[in-house]
Amino acid sequence: MSQSVSIKNVVKLYGDFRAVDNVSLDIRKGEFFTLLGPSGCGKTTLLRMIAGFNTIEDGEISFDGKRINEIPANKRDIGMVFQNYAVFPHMTVGENVGYGLKARGIRKADRSPKVKQALEQVQILDLMDRMPNALSGGQQQRVALARAFVIEPSILLMDEPLSNLDAKLRVQMRDMIRKLQTALGITTIYVTHDQEEALAISDRIAVMKNGHVMQVGRPDEIYRKPENLFVANFIGNSNQFEGTIDEITAGNTGTLKLNAGITVGVPLRESYKGAVTVAIRPEYLKFDESGIPAVIRHSTFLGDFVLYELELADGQMIFVNEYGNMGALREVGTHVHLSFVPEYVSVYKETGEVISC
Amino acid sequence: MLRKLRHRYLNFWTIVTLCLIVFFVVALILPVAQLFLNSFKDAEGAFSLESYKTFFTKKYYYQALQHSLWIGVVSTLVSTGIGVFLAYIVTRYNVWGKNVLKVLFLVGLMSPPFIGAYSWIILLGRGGFITNLLKPIGIKMPPIYGKTGIILVFSLHLSCYVFRYVSAAFKGIDSSLEEASENLGASKFMRLFTVTLPVVIPTITSVMIIVFMRSLADFGTPLLIGEGYKTMPVMVYNAYLGDMGGNKAMAGTISAISVFLSIGLLLVQKAYIARKNYRMSNLRPPKVIELHGWKRFLVTLPVVIWVFIALLPQLTVIVTSFLKMNGPMFSDQFSFSNYQIAFKSCGKAILHTFTYSTIAIVFVILIGTFTSYVSVRRRKQGGTLVDTMAMLPMVIPGAVFGICYIMAFNKPPIVICGTAIVMVLALVVRRLPNTIRSSVGVLESLDPSLDEASISLGVPALKTFFVITARLMVPGIAAGAVLSWISSINEISSSLLLYAPKTVTMPVAIYTFVSQNDYGQAAAMGTIMTVAIVIALTVVSRMTRKSGGII
Repeated sequence: MSQSVSIKNVVKLYGDFRAVDNVSLDIRKGEFFTLLGPSGCGKTTLLRMIAGFNTIEDGEISFDGKRINEIPANKRDIGMVFQNYAVFPHMTVGENVGYGLKARGIRKADRSPKVKQALEQVQILDLMDRMPNALSGGQQQRVALARAFVIEPSILLMDEPLSNLDAKLRVQMRDMIRKLQTALGITTIYVTHDQEEALAISDRIAVMKNGHVMQVGRPDEIYRKPENLFVANFIGNSNQFEGTIDEITAGNTGTLKLNAGITVGVPLRESYKGAVTVAIRPEYLKFDESGIPAVIRHSTFLGDFVLYELELADGQMIFVNEYGNMGALREVGTHVHLSFVPEYVSVYKETGEVISC
Repeated sequence: MLRKLRHRYLNFWTIVTLCLIVFFVVALILPVAQLFLNSFKDAEGAFSLESYKTFFTKKYYYQALQHSLWIGVVSTLVSTGIGVFLAYIVTRYNVWGKNVLKVLFLVGLMSPPFIGAYSWIILLGRGGFITNLLKPIGIKMPPIYGKTGIILVFSLHLSCYVFRYVSAAFKGIDSSLEEASENLGASKFMRLFTVTLPVVIPTITSVMIIVFMRSLADFGTPLLIGEGYKTMPVMVYNAYLGDMGGNKAMAGTISAISVFLSIGLLLVQKAYIARKNYRMSNLRPPKVIELHGWKRFLVTLPVVIWVFIALLPQLTVIVTSFLKMNGPMFSDQFSFSNYQIAFKSCGKAILHTFTYSTIAIVFVILIGTFTSYVSVRRRKQGGTLVDTMAMLPMVIPGAVFGICYIMAFNKPPIVICGTAIVMVLALVVRRLPNTIRSSVGVLESLDPSLDEASISLGVPALKTFFVITARLMVPGIAAGAVLSWISSINEISSSLLLYAPKTVTMPVAIYTFVSQNDYGQAAAMGTIMTVAIVIALTVVSRMTRKSGGII
């Protein structure tokens, strides 16, 4: 039976270093939840605390409201998929997948159909009697996956399961994992440093940095409305502009004056005046008749869009992705103007917190 | 809180660590410490540096150090020179019978040097086969006794050692390094001396240190063939059992000096050599050059000649074991009589050798597996301490070790001298370091997430150790254990000090026969040992063939 996971004010200490610092998260039953962040942000540490391989120095983790801090790893009823597969090299594929069932005292006759079904689900039934050293990385990962979910765990944990695979296989496996997870309805906590993977696979994402959670939200929320500059920069690409908000008009609209040369009104969630940083994604900037003056310095044709590198009047370099222009590439050296839709940009205080709606 | 305490301090591995610490302290640290303390005592038991002073001022004593160093240096240089040369030829050219030659080198390596010593006496000693053969034609061979003999035996034996480790290094060079050198315009000669050799130099120097230490520690060879030429281990033996009633302080002093010498060498190796080991991505092993006709013959010849000389002692032993004895002389008649007499008089010795070695190896595997787990996975919880203690026997020559045990275990609380227990215990402790090093290697290559996968699938940590970790360590340990078993069968230095009439082993019996000029029975025993070694080596090479093998 799938369970919810509640993490309350959890702390992991390595000496004085707080690898996970007062993290709280609520993961819903059946949800595909991703911990995303650069290396060293504490995401794997947190996952291993849930799995029972790391001690919990402070706070509480509970499954369906039941505290599990003191329960040893082998009694938590968790399926785990490891970064380097951890397929037992001295057992056949079938024995690997049946291992957890055996540990649960299920008789051989009852194990066999379950193992077969699991292998069927990851499309490697024909490899059942092979030894792991004869398998490719992708196949080993499927074994690891089948082994983790065949025990029908209440929670499935995955620690960067795709990072050792090549790009094409990664996309294939990603889709398979997501479809399986949806079909089985197992609460899944997934760790990755790859933001594209996180966006593609998750119901919700927690972006982490230095042991803290920076933002929790659906992939679209995280991408479109980053709550702080760290998330804005970590997820996708953003151009950053410096500016000030001088006055607030009716409807809590701030008059934003960019140093790059234009003034627009942006909807704000709080009345704030002073210096701000504005993050605008490359695809939200449009070539226009008027707006921010810039000069094209470099262009890269990337198939579905063209990536332009432009120089602003003060020498700052910014990027613009232009989609859907079937005409010739814009000439390097051309003077252009750039505009944007005010609702699409994010405005941050000097402390890095968002103030735009 | 109590539960947390129990969880943290009283689990299975804490108990294992404690047991290991107790074991090593009792079976190793205390006996060795006692010997060292004795070296600083005078006859009345007061602190004194007298015996050190005596050692370094009396020629009778310090001469042994000079002898040991001289023999060590010469044998190391000769065996390294020849071993490296042969290793290069065998790894780089299509030498005829390559695999057979490699096995023969391993046989040479695994055969005890004292067998070599006594065979060379049979061949080149006074009244030896070759000596007698050459006498009528007026050729007089130089005397084989003394340093010539010791150096000959060591060089032959240790060259097999150098060959094995250096060929592994030559094979481990990525061929792209040499191709890069060639591509940049280097000649073959320049390539060898600027790329190939420098890259394996760390391995060569490490092997040289080990070889040097082995020649310092070997006891059987100088005892048999050295005659008046005494080396440090012989001196320890004499000082302890001594013609003049024995001098425990002096035995302790000489032992301490030998151990310090070995420790010094190991530290040099750690500080300057081990650091320089190059890690290579061995994507493509170096190519073997195909020679034809007389060129191929020319590269094969030196290898075959050297292997022949190195294994000549074994051949001699086997052939002479089937010759009828004529008093102390061999006749030219074929006979099984040596075996009949040997089985009758020494059936027990044969039985002892195999039972002691086998029991010892069981314990070596057991203790070795636990020690390596603790030293890799529980480093901070006492693992490093256990590991360091377990490695100590590497620097203690067998004779010294034997004396430590006699002194420690012939009085209460532990009285086991003269029993089979002390023989087995000495074997266990002396063979542990090699087993631990190889299983630590295996364990380090095992991903800890294998354990974690098993645990998270519902198998408790302890059971996981047995069904996953230990199970995966077995192949690596087993191959090493067979080699340890062979060297246990060969063990002479500690056994010679620790044996009692009811615990005689084959090497001890051989030594006794040789010293009584009873070469026939010695040959029969030597043949039995050689056969056991060859069988065991065949088993290992089968076992490890899949995983790249030890051969």
